[in-house]
Amino acid sequence: MKQQLDDQGRLKHFLTIENLSRALLVEVLDSAERFAPVGERAVKNVPLLRGKTVANLFFEPSTRTRTTFELAAKRLSADIINLNIAASATSKGESLSDTLRTLEAMQCDMFVVRHQNSGAATFIASQVAPHISVINAGDGRYAHPTQAMLDMFTIRRAKQRFDGLVVAIVGDIAHSRVARSEIQALNTLGVAEVRVVGPKTLIPNKIEAFGAKVFNRIESGIAGADVVIMLRLQQERMNSALLPSAQEYFQAYGLTERRLKLAANDAIVMHPGPINRGIEIDSAVADGPQSVILSQVTHGIAVRMAVMSLVMGTQATTGAN
Amino acid sequence: MNIDVIELLEKMGAQLQQHVSDASHEDPIIIGVHTGGVWIAQYLHQYTANTSPVGELNIAFYRDDFSRIGLHPTVEPSKLPFDVNDRHLILVDDILYTGRTIRAAMNEIFDYGRPSSITLVALVERGGRELPIQPDIVGTQLNLTSSEHVKLLGPDPLRLELSEAKT
Repeated sequence: MKQQLDDQGRLKHFLTIENLSRALLVEVLDSAERFAPVGERAVKNVPLLRGKTVANLFFEPSTRTRTTFELAAKRLSADIINLNIAASATSKGESLSDTLRTLEAMQCDMFVVRHQNSGAATFIASQVAPHISVINAGDGRYAHPTQAMLDMFTIRRAKQRFDGLVVAIVGDIAHSRVARSEIQALNTLGVAEVRVVGPKTLIPNKIEAFGAKVFNRIESGIAGADVVIMLRLQQERMNSALLPSAQEYFQAYGLTERRLKLAANDAIVMHPGPINRGIEIDSAVADGPQSVILSQVTHGIAVRMAVMSLVMGTQATTGAN
Repeated sequence: MNIDVIELLEKMGAQLQQHVSDASHEDPIIIGVHTGGVWIAQYLHQYTANTSPVGELNIAFYRDDFSRIGLHPTVEPSKLPFDVNDRHLILVDDILYTGRTIRAAMNEIFDYGRPSSITLVALVERGGRELPIQPDIVGTQLNLTSSEHVKLLGPDPLRLELSEAKT
C-alpha cells in the first residue's frame, strides 16, 4: 500500500496499517501524545487546521467514530461537514464519483470515509484530486486504522512499552476490520504475542500468516495476557448460523471477572465500543478497575487530531495547493 | 562564539528582579518557550527564587508556517500547570528574531486564560523583526546578517553557536 505515502514517505492518506513502518506508527503515537493535553485545557482548540474543510463521508452509520472525528477536526479549528451519504445523494441515484466531484467543488481538503465495502477508502483515495487527503474511518472487513492506533496509544499509555506484551483479541475476528488493523499494528510495534480468541466459525482461515496465534477457548486464550481486547459481537452474526445464541456466546466467550483473573494481574481490558453488556463482556468487567474503555474514547480524539494534522501537513510541500 | 551565557543570565536575573519589584508584580509565573527558552526560564526561576512551577510552551500548534512546512516533529507538549488568569507572566525565549514565535506563544497563552500582564525576556535580541514585538529584558544584542544563524545549545553547558545559514 504505497498509495497512502507521499514521495517523501510521509502519510498523505491514512487508509490502512498494512506496510506502514514502526517509525511512522510511533510518529502517530508521539504526535497524539502532544495533542492529548489540548483536550484538558479551558479552550480545547488549537489553530493548526484553521481554514481547512473536512467532510465526514459516512456511507455506513456510526456515532462514536463520526463524533470523535468531528471533535478532532473542531479542536484543530477546521470546518467540518457531516454527510450521511446513505440517506442523501446516492439514494437519489448519484454515483460515487459524482458525489466526490461535488465535494471537491465545495473546496474540501480532507475526506473521512466510513463504508460498508472493503477497499472503499482506498478506491476513493485513488479518485480524489491531488490536494485532498483521505482518512479511512472503517471500510468493510478491510481496515480501521485510526481505531487500531487509538488502541495502541491506550496500550502504550497503560504499559509504557510494546515489547514483551501478550495481547489477546477476543470475539468475531472474521468480520472485524478492527482486529485486522490491530494485528498489523501490534506486530509492527513489536509485541511478544498476538492471540485471536473465538469460535472456529468466527476465526478466518490462515490468520496465523498475519502473525496471530489462534485459541478457541477464552480461558487458554487470555491466560497470562497483558491486554485483553474484546470485540463487539454483531447481532447479525447470530442470524447467519455462525453462532447459536447470545446467551451461549456469553457462556463460552463472555469476559467475566472470574475469567479475567486468568490474565496478568495488571491486565487492561479494552473494547472498541459500542459494548453489548452481557453478551461479550460482563458489566462488572466493563465498569471495573481494569477497564480502559472510556480512556479509549478520549484517546481517540487525540489520535485523530494527530492523523489529521500529519496528513494535512504533507500538503505543505506537495505544492498541490 | 565567545559569549559567556551564564554571565548574561546573571545580569538578566538581576534585571528581572528589579523589573518585577518596580512593577509590583506579585507571584509572577515564568514560562519558557521550547527548547532553549525553557532552559533560560529554569535558570531565572532559580535566580529569582520563584515559587510557581516553570511553565513550558511548545508552540508547534500555533505556528504560522503549518501550511508551508507541515507539522513540526517535536515530542514535548506544552505544560502550564497553573491558572494563568489574572497572573503576571514572564515569557522567556532564547533568540528573539522575527517575533513570530512570541506571537504564537501569546496566542497559545490566551487559550489558557487572560493574564494580567506578560513581560518578555530574551537571551539574545537580533534585528529582523517582522512583527511589532519588543523585549523588556535582553541578555545581549547581536547585529547579524540574514544569512547568519544563532542558536542556543544546552542545557549543560549553555552556549551560543553562530553559523552561516544554508542556502
